[in-house]
Amino acid sequence: MAKAKRNSEFIIERDKEKCVKCQACVRVCANNVHSFDAGGDTVSSDPLLCVGCHFCEDICPTGALRISRNISDIKANANWSRETVRSITKQAETGGILLTGMGSDVHLKDYFRHIILNAAQVTNPSIDPLREPMELKTFIGSKPGKVEYGFNIAGGRKKYFLKTSLPPQLMLETPIMFSAMSFGSVSLNTLRSIAQAAAEYGTYWNTGEGGLPEELKPFANRAIVQVASGRFGVDIDYLESGAAVEIKIGQGAKPGIGGHLPGEKVSGQISRTRMIPEGTDALSPAPHHDIYSIEDLRQLIYALKEAVCYRKPVGVKIAAVHNVAAIVSGIVRAGADYVAIDGIRGGTGAAPTVIRDNVGIPIELAIAVVDQRLREEGIRHQASVIAAGGFRSSADVIKAIALGADAVYIGTAALVALGCHICQKCYTGKCNWGIATQDPYLTRRLNPEIGARRAFNLLRAWSVEIKEMLGGMGINAIESLRGNREQLRAVGLDEKEREILGIKHAGETW
Amino acid sequence: MTIEYLIIGNSTAGINAAEAIRETNNTGKVTIISDERIVNYSRPLISHYLGGKITEEKMIFRDREFYSDNRIELQTGRKAVSINPGRKTIVLSDNTKIKFDKLLIATGGEPIVPPIEGKISMPGIFTFTKYDDARQMLDYMKKNKVKQAVVLGAGLIGLKCTEGLLAQGITVSIVELADRVLANTFDRAASEILEKELMRNGCRVLKNDTIVRVEKSAGKFAGAVLKTGRKLKADMLVIAIGVVPRIGLAKGTQIKTSRGIIVNDRMQTSVRDIYAAGDVAQAADFLSGGKSVTAIWPVAARQGRVAGYNMAGKSTEYSGSFAMNSVELAGIPTISFGLTNPPESPEYEVLVRTEPENRFYRKIVLKNNRIVGFITLGRIERAGIFLGLIRERLNVSSYKNSLLSDSFGFLLLPSEYRKHLVTGNGIEV
Amino acid sequence: MQGKHGEMNKTSKKNMKPRRIVLREEYCIGCRLCEVHCITQHSMSRNIIKAYRGTEPRPESGIYFEESGPVSFALQCRHCDDPPCLYSCLTGALYRDRKSGQVLYNKDKCVGCWMCIMSCPLGAIKPDFKNQRAGSKCDLCLEAEFPACVANCPNEAIILLDENGQRMLKNDD
Repeated sequence: MAKAKRNSEFIIERDKEKCVKCQACVRVCANNVHSFDAGGDTVSSDPLLCVGCHFCEDICPTGALRISRNISDIKANANWSRETVRSITKQAETGGILLTGMGSDVHLKDYFRHIILNAAQVTNPSIDPLREPMELKTFIGSKPGKVEYGFNIAGGRKKYFLKTSLPPQLMLETPIMFSAMSFGSVSLNTLRSIAQAAAEYGTYWNTGEGGLPEELKPFANRAIVQVASGRFGVDIDYLESGAAVEIKIGQGAKPGIGGHLPGEKVSGQISRTRMIPEGTDALSPAPHHDIYSIEDLRQLIYALKEAVCYRKPVGVKIAAVHNVAAIVSGIVRAGADYVAIDGIRGGTGAAPTVIRDNVGIPIELAIAVVDQRLREEGIRHQASVIAAGGFRSSADVIKAIALGADAVYIGTAALVALGCHICQKCYTGKCNWGIATQDPYLTRRLNPEIGARRAFNLLRAWSVEIKEMLGGMGINAIESLRGNREQLRAVGLDEKEREILGIKHAGETW
Repeated sequence: MTIEYLIIGNSTAGINAAEAIRETNNTGKVTIISDERIVNYSRPLISHYLGGKITEEKMIFRDREFYSDNRIELQTGRKAVSINPGRKTIVLSDNTKIKFDKLLIATGGEPIVPPIEGKISMPGIFTFTKYDDARQMLDYMKKNKVKQAVVLGAGLIGLKCTEGLLAQGITVSIVELADRVLANTFDRAASEILEKELMRNGCRVLKNDTIVRVEKSAGKFAGAVLKTGRKLKADMLVIAIGVVPRIGLAKGTQIKTSRGIIVNDRMQTSVRDIYAAGDVAQAADFLSGGKSVTAIWPVAARQGRVAGYNMAGKSTEYSGSFAMNSVELAGIPTISFGLTNPPESPEYEVLVRTEPENRFYRKIVLKNNRIVGFITLGRIERAGIFLGLIRERLNVSSYKNSLLSDSFGFLLLPSEYRKHLVTGNGIEV
Repeated sequence: MQGKHGEMNKTSKKNMKPRRIVLREEYCIGCRLCEVHCITQHSMSRNIIKAYRGTEPRPESGIYFEESGPVSFALQCRHCDDPPCLYSCLTGALYRDRKSGQVLYNKDKCVGCWMCIMSCPLGAIKPDFKNQRAGSKCDLCLEAEFPACVANCPNEAIILLDENGQRMLKNDD
């Protein structure tokens, strides 16, 4: 057949006993799934339009709605999955690239789930975080190789001072920062929520490649401002207002390719922030067209350092790919104050599905090899390592640090805290939760007061859990866990995997 | 020394003044004198009472406990006849004197009664401004099995009285001197709609006419002769051609009067410590900038309150009144504000929307892009929004075209005004 | 919307400000659940399914909802400090509650003269033509611990301010 009627992905069940026909569902669905027929006094739903965001389910005052996956449509098998059949069908209709949103959901091995933590018993007492101070403070920036002191004699006593000048640092109250999400891919209310939570908790957020919107200037001193291949919004004010500058080479969701914000989404505010004309497509090219070698990167790093008078850390973000260890080594030697590596599970507002699911390596492996390589070369101290790419819990965070990261970036988790239900339809711009959209009907859904509260709560909850786990290990400072692979053991990983991760199998002792 | 506050008049101006005094000064002595016997009542409701739609109970808007709870001494059935501002006393009809430190004259208005040949002390002829009038009319109607009535005057009082009579099953002929009904309240178009409805309800409306002679039969009113020569047979006559402020108490004093007792922005008369409020007062006119008598219930209430505050020492400015009416006639609810019938002049802009088949009419009068007049017939929801716009003197030019639409609401107004209303403290009447 | 009968005549203190509901239109998502919960709270059963689908008469909400494009908001009686409606009420059906300072309404006293509708600059009072009386006006859910619309707005667009203008949350009482 030329035109196949696709079965819907979702089933919408409306409990007729509970439905009071208040029509809240009709009003709030961005995809117009529900409708009210005044003549017949009925509310009906078209499941073909449903994207499974669950907004209507959450808002229904009587809980009359249930959105579930429609399992029985295509006879799936282990080789030809439902998704595969659907994708091919769609491509047969459109002839185009299949797009998706959010991070990769493919069944690659979840290394975090195979890594477990230690706990102190008998020989090394555990620490109660409610009773004793527990330090999560983290500094992002280049650390000096050695530290020199001098002293003066004043009033018959020695007064010490630091001779070594410290490169600029970011001070974080917790080793968790908010990942780069550009204004354009997400709404202003989203960034407002995140920026405020970051400022209140004492950590940082990242502008992404969309520039720094006017309304967020009050939070600029907690922002890492990104310089991406499109250089959107980059001028001297931008660089000076942020706390750090980040050169974005790539991201985990779509390594090697650029980005594209369609002209329809480049409205007044976005156009001003990105400094491009309204209605023009915002194209981020795949490479920076002035970075074709590591020497070029070094030039750009130092150009930016000059621009901010060496007062702010300048870092580089890359996607974690095959030779990530060598690449990071080169970046550190090029003068970066920190390197952010983004694994295959990194999120995005829009990316081709094939690239998202097939390019890049898991972040667990990337952290381990990067940390190991830099230590072997004796340059681990020259740059902080920030890991990103689908951290789902405080356990993932603490394991990442134990594998060698200084801190982590969270993106997807932050959005889920704001209401995202990972329907993966961000690229349509019809995010019902008001996150990945610029439509004023939808952006008003995300009240930044509530959003900031929730994002803050997430940071707090995870930080408290990290303290509990640290205390359980008998450690009272996150610094002592950093790269401390001895606190980790693997379960169900083969020898090669353990070798790469640098951890023993559960049961093995020192 | 306890300050003695004396209030002549027990309707809304007097009562609101007493409340304002009590709020501000809990120790002073507050006395209200009323020449009627009922505890108090809402004058505009006498037509509802006449029509049998409400009981006497419902007309009362403050019950006995109000006076005792607020320590207000109410003296009913006592009429003040003169004031001695020098001695600071008033004299009642039974020759008793009452002293005061601060006095409020809230005596309201009285009906205009024209000289009509043959009228003197003829039973069956009434005016219609007080509870007693309605009470007596009801008694008369019952005793004399009244079937037909003539109402002289097609203003608000005349027509509301007509409504009451119609509800009692009495047929009514209305005689009006002007060429349309409600000439002082509405414009021609609105008058015509209402006149049509009245006629559909069985009234006869005789315009451009008046009564020159009344005729007796069996010792009581039996009919009227009109200027045009026409003769009307009827069992009862109600004279409702207008009301004038009861300024009699000012006679022989220095209290300045014109049509009413003239007061300043603090409701003070020209004599120290004597105030006036309500239908008797001639106070600041919001729209014209001069002074006028606005005999409307909410205006009297507000004036009374302002007077009371000022009497008790809390300086409060009166921001001025304008006409505002809410009256349901012949089943059509109507609301109107301000200058409903502007003169033909380029400085007034008039917006009109009329749907005669729905008995809907709406008109907005603008001057300098500000609303100064408003009429709505048939649909009255949220009419108060326009009152707010008039009071705030908002420049409506940016949404002028939406003023008459069905969906007119705050979304079409500037968001600053909307936010002011949402978080502010409302607007003075 | 019944008020307490004997309270209506007592003068309230001028400086007692009532609690006030405030709407932030930038967060209103147009779901109209405020109306649903207002109706439920003022119904006999206080149960949403019974109020909508049962046999009991469904009350009107005390909310006017306005919507134009992506801007929407709910408007209810502001319980003004100096309410124009109180001055206009012919029968004293509208009165100020002495304890809470809120403007309440005694339905039995109302004769449907529409003076309040004429006076309210927000247009917050709804006429009930069928029963010839003012139909519905927010009473700040005096009989509940917290106004239903505030407690149930999914986006906290409607908030409650206390006597000093500070925001009140549900468990503050």
